[in-house]
Amino acid sequence: MAEVRLEQVEKRFGDVTAVTGIDLTIHDGEFVVLLGPTGAGKTTTLRLIAGLEKPDHGRISVGGADATPLSPMERNVAFVFQQYSLYPHLSVYDNLAFPLRSPSRRQDEATVRHAVERVAKLLRIEQKLQNRATRLSGGEMQRVAIGRALVRSPSIYLMDEPLSSLDAKLRAEMRLELKHIQQDLGATVLYVTHDQTEAMTMANRIGVLDHGRLVQIGSPREIYESPRNIYVATRLGVPSINLLPPSAFPAHPAPAGTKTIGARTEHVGIARANGGAHAQVEWIEHLGDQNHLHLTIGEYKLVTLVDPAVELSVGDAVDIALRQPLYFGADGERIRG
Amino acid sequence: MAEIRVEDLHKSFGDFAAVKNSNFVVENGEFFVLLGPSGCGKTTTLRMIAGLELPTSGRILLGGDDVTFRRAGERDIAFVFQLFALYPHMNVRKNIGFSLKCQGMPQAEIDRRVQEAARILRIEHILNKSVSALSGGDRQRVALGRAIVREPMCFLMDEPLGALDSEFRHLMCVELRGLHNRLKATTVYVTHDQVEAMSMADKIAVMNRGEIEQFGPPQEIYARPASMFVADFIGSPPMNFLHFHSGIQRGSGEARLGDAVVQMPALHEDVAPRDLALGVRPEHIAFDDASTLRGSVYGSEYLGTTQIVTINTPFGQLKARTKSTGEVRPGENVGLRLASSRLSLFDTQSGRAVRSALFEGAVHG
Repeated sequence: MAEVRLEQVEKRFGDVTAVTGIDLTIHDGEFVVLLGPTGAGKTTTLRLIAGLEKPDHGRISVGGADATPLSPMERNVAFVFQQYSLYPHLSVYDNLAFPLRSPSRRQDEATVRHAVERVAKLLRIEQKLQNRATRLSGGEMQRVAIGRALVRSPSIYLMDEPLSSLDAKLRAEMRLELKHIQQDLGATVLYVTHDQTEAMTMANRIGVLDHGRLVQIGSPREIYESPRNIYVATRLGVPSINLLPPSAFPAHPAPAGTKTIGARTEHVGIARANGGAHAQVEWIEHLGDQNHLHLTIGEYKLVTLVDPAVELSVGDAVDIALRQPLYFGADGERIRG
Repeated sequence: MAEIRVEDLHKSFGDFAAVKNSNFVVENGEFFVLLGPSGCGKTTTLRMIAGLELPTSGRILLGGDDVTFRRAGERDIAFVFQLFALYPHMNVRKNIGFSLKCQGMPQAEIDRRVQEAARILRIEHILNKSVSALSGGDRQRVALGRAIVREPMCFLMDEPLGALDSEFRHLMCVELRGLHNRLKATTVYVTHDQVEAMSMADKIAVMNRGEIEQFGPPQEIYARPASMFVADFIGSPPMNFLHFHSGIQRGSGEARLGDAVVQMPALHEDVAPRDLALGVRPEHIAFDDASTLRGSVYGSEYLGTTQIVTINTPFGQLKARTKSTGEVRPGENVGLRLASSRLSLFDTQSGRAVRSALFEGAVHG
């Protein structure tokens, strides 16, 4: 494993700037997640590190050495794609062994066997080694695809939405598994996704991408609690952060220049109205473990979590007290209150 | 609008019983969800209500009329499918008005109804656009518009949001439920997504292998699952099960898990010694150093407001949902306190819930 560093990396495709000005260091043993919607430049960043794309500008170094001119093979990275892309005619064992048997890495069969068995145990597929790759469930196929990367000891694992083709339950299990395996191996991982839950639950640090720029990087807690701007604030949190003008809360003093108040559930105190109410319960959405309270404040709407024990019904008038919400200026940047 | 009554409904395809003895009533104006995994019989049930399949036995009543063997076209229902199935060569206005035009309705009346549907769905600004240029959400709104203009007695929807991505799906749920609140049309909605069911339904029927496992309001099903299948199917993460072997007498409210005695709702029946599972929802687990029920932290997942902590215990793995302010470390030995009044007890072999004080009184929240 090794440290990977990107300095002022830029990549254009014709007129389109896919990524620009990317400065990012992934420390040895770190799990970094790049989060952003389709077209933000996540996959391009991965492909640049892998050597599948050449940057138009900037430098990429692996383990302290300049890797920018190196071919994908010479960079020694392992890539896990969204699609399993297993060899359907091979057994699970042979699929896992395949990267180790490639001509350039030619290793003896005893070493191969040792590596394959270790990884199969880690991924809990040791019972399936002799199965055809196609005779597996979706979750098992994805484990084999991840396993094919893990049998090697690359400088870094690059993962492109590897869990997105799994159903919700399996995805939740695999998140926890993948994080554990990474910690056990001390692996360096760069993982891209548009799924905020994956980012928050697995990352040591999250990098938020917007139109090819790295807007903010920090621990999940930093990104969630202290976003730099409105864009970052809306990336994380269920229900989404409420964005309202200061006029929706006339009693709440907002710092000068505030154009938008960002209020997450934990910033919103709800109390049954005592006369001067200014919000009304429009609807309570019972999701079982969490109940979403939909409120109207004049022409505005606000959604917050409500404790299942709080007795409120549709039409009730409530008071809203803000507790240290986030403030944003006209340019969308955060104003530290 | 009308009530839908399903009596002893049964459907076999050759040897395979797709739907077994279904009984339920969807009341006038209700939003009813058939929920279950693929192959559970929910779509077959819906298709029988629509008249697209004929039942092997049983009856279907629509607004009091027996429609069991009436053709789909004679049932006054509107069906919304998972695939939008819009006419690509027509604009939005023509797509929405198409079925009315086929009925030979005067153009002025068609225009009025299309305008009204567009207003309800808030798509007036795209009426003259081509449907092929629309986003997934707008296409879904157009598909709904086609159902609304017919002003049917009821709506039948088969996973109408299945093709949308997850974040957008939840927004559409909120919108669909808002639409229902305005139209108050009797609706039967089929899905395998428990979040959709929980967020929209007045009542849910959870189906498994052709049978209805439980029927009731969402909170009731969440708080008092009738079976381990239901408990596991609903909730994210789902209900946790602590496995143990014991016999418990009627009236007792104590489960003995090794050295730990866990208080639970008093049982209303005797349980002979057997394999049991104590069911606890993730938000009903708290950390308490004094507790004799212990486990070791496997990992924690930060979710902003809350976190999910996975704990290995001698009785199985648990997932607890706690406030994200308290930090836990992997490997840490922790004591667990379970919310006694909220616990379920299941017979592992039959999967059925043991009757207890849990099933009395009102549901909280």
